[in-house]
Amino acid sequence: MAAGVGKTYRMLREGHAEAAAGRDVVIGYLEPHDRQETTDQADGLETVPRRRVPVRDVVVEEMDLAALLARDPDLALIDELAHTNAPGLVHKKRYEDIADVLAAGIDVFSTVNVQHLESLNDQVAELTGVRVRETVPDSVLGSADEVFLIDLTPEALIARLRAGKIYPGENIDAALNNFFRIENLAALREVSLRQVAEDVESKRLVRGDLGPVGTRAEEGVSADAPKAVGERLLALVRPQPSSQRLVRRAWRSAQRLGTDLDLLWVKPPGKPIEGEEERQVTALRQLASVLGATLLIEEHDDLVAAVARVVRERGSTYIMVGESEPARGLARLREPLPQRLMRATPPGIDVRIVAHRGLKGDEK
Amino acid sequence: MIEHVLVGVALVVGLGGGYLIARSRLRGRRSDRPDAVHQILMPFTGTEVSRRALDAALRLARAENATLMPAYLAQVPKSLPLDCAIPNEARRAMPLLEAIEQRASAQGVAVDARIERGRSYRHALERLLASETFDRVVVPANASGATGFSGDDLVWLLQKAPTEVLVLRPSPEDRRVVSVNGAAAKATNGNGIPSV
Repeated sequence: MAAGVGKTYRMLREGHAEAAAGRDVVIGYLEPHDRQETTDQADGLETVPRRRVPVRDVVVEEMDLAALLARDPDLALIDELAHTNAPGLVHKKRYEDIADVLAAGIDVFSTVNVQHLESLNDQVAELTGVRVRETVPDSVLGSADEVFLIDLTPEALIARLRAGKIYPGENIDAALNNFFRIENLAALREVSLRQVAEDVESKRLVRGDLGPVGTRAEEGVSADAPKAVGERLLALVRPQPSSQRLVRRAWRSAQRLGTDLDLLWVKPPGKPIEGEEERQVTALRQLASVLGATLLIEEHDDLVAAVARVVRERGSTYIMVGESEPARGLARLREPLPQRLMRATPPGIDVRIVAHRGLKGDEK
Repeated sequence: MIEHVLVGVALVVGLGGGYLIARSRLRGRRSDRPDAVHQILMPFTGTEVSRRALDAALRLARAENATLMPAYLAQVPKSLPLDCAIPNEARRAMPLLEAIEQRASAQGVAVDARIERGRSYRHALERLLASETFDRVVVPANASGATGFSGDDLVWLLQKAPTEVLVLRPSPEDRRVVSVNGAAAKATNGNGIPSV
């Protein structure tokens, strides 16, 4: 979540537990930040000596990848996943070192703050006004077998900071006035919780897809199982200006629910996107980008079937549709779209109709 | 004889009904899809829009059967990528766009709104002018600078915009605004949308 919540401490505690269970555990790299509790927790675990790298007039200490690979433990504890190595080392980034360690058959426990995740970097920068330079591709976190969230309330974290458990005394006031503001920490906490929830969800779906007996699917939960957390909104749009109102409504609802928004256009198959339609698709894509929503374009001749598939794939819990044009002729006998959507999608999916604000001329 | 009259009446009724249905459908299509090239751009920034500028843009749009494109210009700090999500700016823009659409709808004017990002308001406007085609641009010359456009911006717009630019003379009436936070916003409809 943020510096000082206890990531390194927890990693070391897990390392002790693994060692107690009989595994060969070493510390590949530890960054205790002069925190006594963390240093104490490292006692009893073997540490691979650091590599000293001269950089201009100073010498910096980095993880010794070659030494760690030569030591070949069962499990390596490597702090600071997002760290950028000093120039001259094999890899530029620590997560690349870790990839080598994993490739050598060594398990790794590591630590990272949520703001270092590439996809969240911009969002966190906008929320907190502080941008971190060192980022980790989301795929690195996505490939982890397990992700633990070290959660702490903003109040508790600030209390730790004030008690001098995170930074030395002279830096406390500056930290409180900058990054460690309660609104920043609350935002980071929310982002972290959501990120881990999404990670759990994506792994749940992957496990559900892994089929036969004897695979990891046995440990996992079926994709059909009810979702434990989170809402996800899906708005059905068309490349028309009138869809913008629907998008605005959907986005406001998504903001209120604190959830993600997907926009879906089910495009008739085979028809090229050109002219005015192309302009409106570009406008929708721009709007989605501004709002942080995702625009999906599915080519399908059956709207309801396409929506049902997207709902399952994206884990949508809420569908918003615009008001349909009045049915004419035989179409009047057809079941209305919301009812068809409700029948085709998993139980419990809400469908909301957003009224069309017609032009005055249309009302005559 | 009576049979001939009945057949004649049936024919007249049938043809007349068919004509009326066809006419109403054509009329419906025309009003749903205003001509795509007739667009009037009304760029704005901040949390309010000059009501006079909006009314002028709406009058023009109505007279020319054009689509009004209200465009909220958002500044993206250099520390963020230009194409990043800007939820805080969007939160400011949404109620204004909603209010503008409500007013336009009441006057029978089609609206196709935008939120455009840029490193500055001028940059956002430049991007918008490059990506869309307009017949007119309507901007208020506001002495207080409340619209976010400086005199330099307006001069730049007059030089660069590849279309007719309508700069509205400052007026005391400019105090009347379509606002999110202002007096107009205090009266809201059931959806929490500012009344204008």
